[in-house]
Amino acid sequence: MAEVEVRDIRKTFGGPSAAVDGISLTCGDGEYLVLLGPSGCGKTTLLRMIAGLEHPTDGDILIGGRSVRGLPPRARKIAMVFQSYALYPHKKVEQNISFPLEAQGLSREERAEKVRWASGLLGIDHLLQRKPRQLSGGERQRVALARALVREPQVFLLDEPLSNLDAKLRASARLELKQFQQRLGVSTIYVTHDQVEAMGLGDRIAVLNFGRLQQVGTPEEIYHHPANTFVATFVGSPPMNLLERDGKIIGFRPENIELEKNAAARDDASIFRSQVLRVENLGADRYVYLRVKDEKGDTNVIAKLPIDHPLRVAADDDADMVVRKRHLRAFDRSTGEKTAA
Amino acid sequence: MVARSPAVAISRWAVLAVFAVLCAFPFGWATFTMFKADGDLYTVGHIPFLYNSPPTFDHVRVLFTDTAFLTFVRNSFEIGLIVVAITLAISVPAAYAIARLTGQWGGRLAITVFIFYLVPPTLLFLPLSRIVADLGLQDTIWSLVLVYPTLTAPFSTWLLVGFFRSIPRDIEEQAMVDGYSRAGAVVRTVLPLAVPGLFTVVIFTFAFTMNDFIYAVAFISSSDSMTVSAGVPTELIRGDVFFWQSLMAAAVLVAIPVALAYNFFLDRFVQGLSLGAVKG
Amino acid sequence: MRRTVIVDETVRVHHLLDREEVLGPLMLSPLMIYLVALIGLPLVLVFVYAFSDATTGAEGFSFVGLQTFQKTLDDPVFRVALRNTVVFTVIAQLVVIVLATILGFVLSADFRGRWFVRFLVLLPWTTPIALSALAWLWMLDSLFSPFNWILGQFHVVDVGTPVAWLGQDNLAVTSVVALNAWRTLPLAAVILMAGLTSIPPELNEQAEVDGAGFWRRFFDITLPLLAPIMMVAILFGIVATFTDMAAVYILTRGGPGESTQVLGSWSFITGIQGGSLAQGAAIGIFMFPVLLGVCILMLRRASRVDVV
Repeated sequence: MAEVEVRDIRKTFGGPSAAVDGISLTCGDGEYLVLLGPSGCGKTTLLRMIAGLEHPTDGDILIGGRSVRGLPPRARKIAMVFQSYALYPHKKVEQNISFPLEAQGLSREERAEKVRWASGLLGIDHLLQRKPRQLSGGERQRVALARALVREPQVFLLDEPLSNLDAKLRASARLELKQFQQRLGVSTIYVTHDQVEAMGLGDRIAVLNFGRLQQVGTPEEIYHHPANTFVATFVGSPPMNLLERDGKIIGFRPENIELEKNAAARDDASIFRSQVLRVENLGADRYVYLRVKDEKGDTNVIAKLPIDHPLRVAADDDADMVVRKRHLRAFDRSTGEKTAA
Repeated sequence: MVARSPAVAISRWAVLAVFAVLCAFPFGWATFTMFKADGDLYTVGHIPFLYNSPPTFDHVRVLFTDTAFLTFVRNSFEIGLIVVAITLAISVPAAYAIARLTGQWGGRLAITVFIFYLVPPTLLFLPLSRIVADLGLQDTIWSLVLVYPTLTAPFSTWLLVGFFRSIPRDIEEQAMVDGYSRAGAVVRTVLPLAVPGLFTVVIFTFAFTMNDFIYAVAFISSSDSMTVSAGVPTELIRGDVFFWQSLMAAAVLVAIPVALAYNFFLDRFVQGLSLGAVKG
Repeated sequence: MRRTVIVDETVRVHHLLDREEVLGPLMLSPLMIYLVALIGLPLVLVFVYAFSDATTGAEGFSFVGLQTFQKTLDDPVFRVALRNTVVFTVIAQLVVIVLATILGFVLSADFRGRWFVRFLVLLPWTTPIALSALAWLWMLDSLFSPFNWILGQFHVVDVGTPVAWLGQDNLAVTSVVALNAWRTLPLAAVILMAGLTSIPPELNEQAEVDGAGFWRRFFDITLPLLAPIMMVAILFGIVATFTDMAAVYILTRGGPGESTQVLGSWSFITGIQGGSLAQGAAIGIFMFPVLLGVCILMLRRASRVDVV
């Protein structure tokens, strides 16, 4: 069982606040767990502690049920892919991939066989004699993965490996990564700040902010039932709209808004009177920017409607936003935590 | 800085020519006169810029056969090699430590090392000559072997810190994850990538040891152990008679290779200077 | 893909070589020991000697308070040396700043033969000081200097009374200053050149678009951005000239009649040739204020964030 668990883990760097402030989390055997959060939230620090590149100030790390605290990286049977891929520039691709095997003291034939296996799996056989500087971003990523694979690790740790790729390549790279992991069935912990990536790749997502775990759950849980306003606004693009109403914060997603003129009141939905500021036609979607009056004054709200949905309002019109009650979320006004609607 | 017109280009060339002449004239003069026959050179009436008598290699030959010049060169070379070894041995680990392992302290340590570098030999030579005498190294090349690393190590460390910093941490950490201890990771990934820096250190260390004059004359008095810088200006002048052609030959023959070496490595030197000067 | 070994217990407790807290100081210690022992200690000794009556002959020495300093300050040669050191440094480096800026500018463009020109221009700095001083000694020889011959040809001077470049007080001083400027110029130029290339071209291009002419751009953009690195170049030059011993010693031995003595050469003559460690040290100490000043300036620069 190569389950990865962190228990109450803390890390301070001597400053006033902790980089990682008491997180407990488990990545199940074979699970793809994504650590998601803005930069500085502690996700990379957490990953590095699991790898053994940083020492926790407090708490414990267990791999396969055994504490690895105090073990250097090479003893943890993990593989890591850095954001830069960290390919050894002075070695050819083939030597890059066989590098971890040299540390294990395998014979030349054994090494060659494993390199062949790994490069075959990733489709980079034709690149073996090249040097890293001769490779494209996507090719480098595959070399880094082959090198990680060749160790036959218990856990894969990936630190924003897609952020160096062209935006257009990212979607296909995501697909390859996911298929790769599912095929191998290795526990994977993946760090990213991109919530689209997180939603697409993770079996579960752990949302972090200020070194604390905000919420952990499946993508659906995170998206549809955010635990607090941070998660609600961090995940989803455009973010969840938040309004102050009746002493609480009410949230609803842009795609759950229907726009009508002079809407009639109904039981199963709330109606918000607003004014249209602007309409943006963005190909497949329409973004409508509206202004609503609430307890805090005016709040801008974004509605996302499909392009083929007939739009009956225009800029400067008065419009009513209709949101079904089951799509409404409520959060505490002072803590931001989820409360009853 | 594109030359906009021929006038600009020409004036640039003119300025360069002036500087080139200004800088190189003493050496040009030395090179020219080292082949002059005695009768030609030491006759005041002769035009100095011509070979009034045919040029001769005699004086150059004399430098090698009749003087201690080769001894001086051998001493400088031996001292240079050992000092390079010592310098590398102490500054490579130190530079790595400053660049990688000592977080906030890194900047302060680098500055401390730099301050040591600023303390000049002309201040330290007196106590050091006493220390050298007390250690019984007076008048031997070992006195210089001991002391020269103080000239070369701070600068080398500073240079290497810049080079090590330019190697991404990722690569070492990847090697550690891939199965090596930190030491193993450094040897396998960082050192190969730092070879240009190491080369630069070797060249400049050698050049710095050649450059010293004050320690060499303060610690050493017998010809046998003298370095080029100490021996040529002092020993090759017998009484008041200067064997100028041979002296100039000595100067030129040493200056040219050193200058060539500097030129090949100058870009790295400047890179090292500026990398070392920029924090983190 | 399943392996029975989850973690490698054989690498249990942190190997000494893995622990940063141990490795760091360990790797630093050889350098630090060397520097403290052979720079720090002698530095302290300089001060000790200056308050003593130490000589190269005697084994021990005793403390004499400020006596040695008094003797030093009373020594007329010392006063000349101190004044010379300051004056030579200031004049030489002023010349160097101006020339190095021009040279750095002119050398920074790419052109054919640049490598060779750079080689020539670097000769004064790359050559060991003793050997360049020797070349100057020959070049300025009162009988055989080519300059004397040229001056004689133009009848500026009598052929019978050649110019004593190193024999006449004022000329000797000028020669020493010139040698110091000449040998520090290349380093300053190279540093400035690096500074020039580090200025983003967009800044000048923007200024051009905004209508600024060459000189305006030079004084308003290039020079201010160059100032920090210029200071580095000047500080190196100041240290080199201020602490010089070889140039003066070989060129003039401090003569004629001690008129070109500087702190370095006088300290050497007093201490090694004269045998008085105490006095030599006392003389050397007067280098300290300037060195300290340079240190402080460098430190302040280092703590400032880099330009752009």
